[in-house]
Amino acid sequence: MTMDVRATRDGYGDALVELGEKDERIVVLGADLTSSTRASSFAAKFPERFVEVGIAEQNAMNVAAGLSMAGKIPFVSTYAVFVTGRALDQIRTTVCYSNLNVKIAGAHGGISVGADGATHQALEDVAITRSLPNMTVIVPCDYYETKKAIVWSAGHVGPCYVRFGREPVPVVTQPDSPFTCGKGYVIREGTDLTILNNGPLLKQCLDALDLLASAGISARLVNLHTVKPIDREIITRAAKETGAIVTVEEHQVQGGFGSAVAEVVVQAAPVPMRFIGIQDRFGESGTPEELFAAFGLTAEDIAEAAEDVLRAKD
Amino acid sequence: MDSSKLKELEALAHRIRCHIIELLVEAKSGHPGGSLSGVEYGVALYFHALRHDPHRPHWEGRDRVIWSRGHVGPVIFSLLAESGYITMEELLTFRKLGSRLQGHPTTKCPGIEVGTGSLGQGLSVAAGLAIGFRMDGKGNRVYCLMGDGETQEGAVWEAIMCAGHYRLDNLCAIVDYNNLQIDGWVEEVMGLAPYADKWKAFRWNVLEVDGHDLEQLARAYETAAQVKGRPTVILAQTIKGKGVSFMENVAGWHGRAPNAEEGRQALVELGCETEGCLIRGMP
Repeated sequence: MTMDVRATRDGYGDALVELGEKDERIVVLGADLTSSTRASSFAAKFPERFVEVGIAEQNAMNVAAGLSMAGKIPFVSTYAVFVTGRALDQIRTTVCYSNLNVKIAGAHGGISVGADGATHQALEDVAITRSLPNMTVIVPCDYYETKKAIVWSAGHVGPCYVRFGREPVPVVTQPDSPFTCGKGYVIREGTDLTILNNGPLLKQCLDALDLLASAGISARLVNLHTVKPIDREIITRAAKETGAIVTVEEHQVQGGFGSAVAEVVVQAAPVPMRFIGIQDRFGESGTPEELFAAFGLTAEDIAEAAEDVLRAKD
Repeated sequence: MDSSKLKELEALAHRIRCHIIELLVEAKSGHPGGSLSGVEYGVALYFHALRHDPHRPHWEGRDRVIWSRGHVGPVIFSLLAESGYITMEELLTFRKLGSRLQGHPTTKCPGIEVGTGSLGQGLSVAAGLAIGFRMDGKGNRVYCLMGDGETQEGAVWEAIMCAGHYRLDNLCAIVDYNNLQIDGWVEEVMGLAPYADKWKAFRWNVLEVDGHDLEQLARAYETAAQVKGRPTVILAQTIKGKGVSFMENVAGWHGRAPNAEEGRQALVELGCETEGCLIRGMP
């Protein structure tokens, strides 16, 4: 099967332009990364609604807070690693505590940022943002899902963090497939275990299904874009019906999506779990493919984790 | 300002000083020093410069006040009570479980636009509001009340740079320049001088006033509203703990509440006993 390949950040840029055309309240903030976050199309089309703040993420966040208080729907566009690191106190104490209508776009999420290395690879942002009251956290898997997540976030009143990546990834979803915040969906049915994916490693998950099928293992694949609020129902059903779970994310395994799933599993239906993600390490320079292999994020790694969790199941 | 208006503002300032002491004694914690130094610029703002309607706290035409120095709850909530946003009785619930008057202000309390308390965050919010109003061609003004110590936060200078860059003349910052912070004299802890020059270098209009002189403060707010093409900062020279002899210029009174005896002494000094401006009575 050949798939169209597009960067999730392009979904962000295209969604902003669509939103900007429909709603005067949409404003976008740039922090000297306007082109690489793909906010540039919006900036070119609606210069009067684009606010450049320079290399100053803390100010960007609270200028967005102020804009939201003036009735605007601001999107802060910068790298995930800077916005959730530098501006964390602003996100926590100004945006989330006062439940302000600020949208935070975390670009260049994950290790697939590649050659820039660890300083620019956001691997902790999901853990940080999902710990904040009032915050919604979404990690879309592809171009269309990113677009839909951004459009959804503009209509939602309250703080929202949407994380997307730099590199082109296979387009798995359809332009018209439904997007419901907080709801996952089954991509393929299976009975022996469930792979729960969050974010752009979905293609690797699909390839892992093929590897497992050839070994006679029937795995269910669920895509869950929303980390918070987490879809308890689909996770509980997966645990009860298949008896084992592997989570997949391009993020540290501590505190991120896998942890969010585990918090549900241990309370609702304890079953063995394995966690595909970054294992408490910083990233490094390399191509995305090299890094996926070096950090255990390939289809083979997912299939191995699946076989391992099946052994624990028995 | 005519003399009757001035008398009215002076009486308000006096009552607010008494409320500050009374509610700190009641709460048994809180911040007297910066509350007492901030009385006059607060009174001149809420009762002279500000366009607002306390009975319609969400009225769209209102000017916005951002209390970046969120720790001075006693003066903030006293100003809100005297304005009519909340009752005098509610004032005494400050810092108690279930109260709308949290230790640092939140949007639960009418008249509070945004929760603050982590220092150095308010000026960026105020700049965002000012940019938003300008985008819509609205005439609302934005006031940001800051402490001098909090401008040691780096993010404050990001905001100062941004407001200067965007020439936000609908924004007015007021710094309570009392020269004292928790660890001691500001100039010894982390010097700000030459302070006015720093703001000027970031393209701000700077007004230096006696922060306990109501007429000077009222005029400064009027001037700020007239200045075009630049945001204005009012550097209000004040005395931390102003009005209570044993609190004045003593760093230790930054964040410690007076006990009943100290409270009584402060209220007697302020002349409360005879003027009937206590909410509950002498501690």
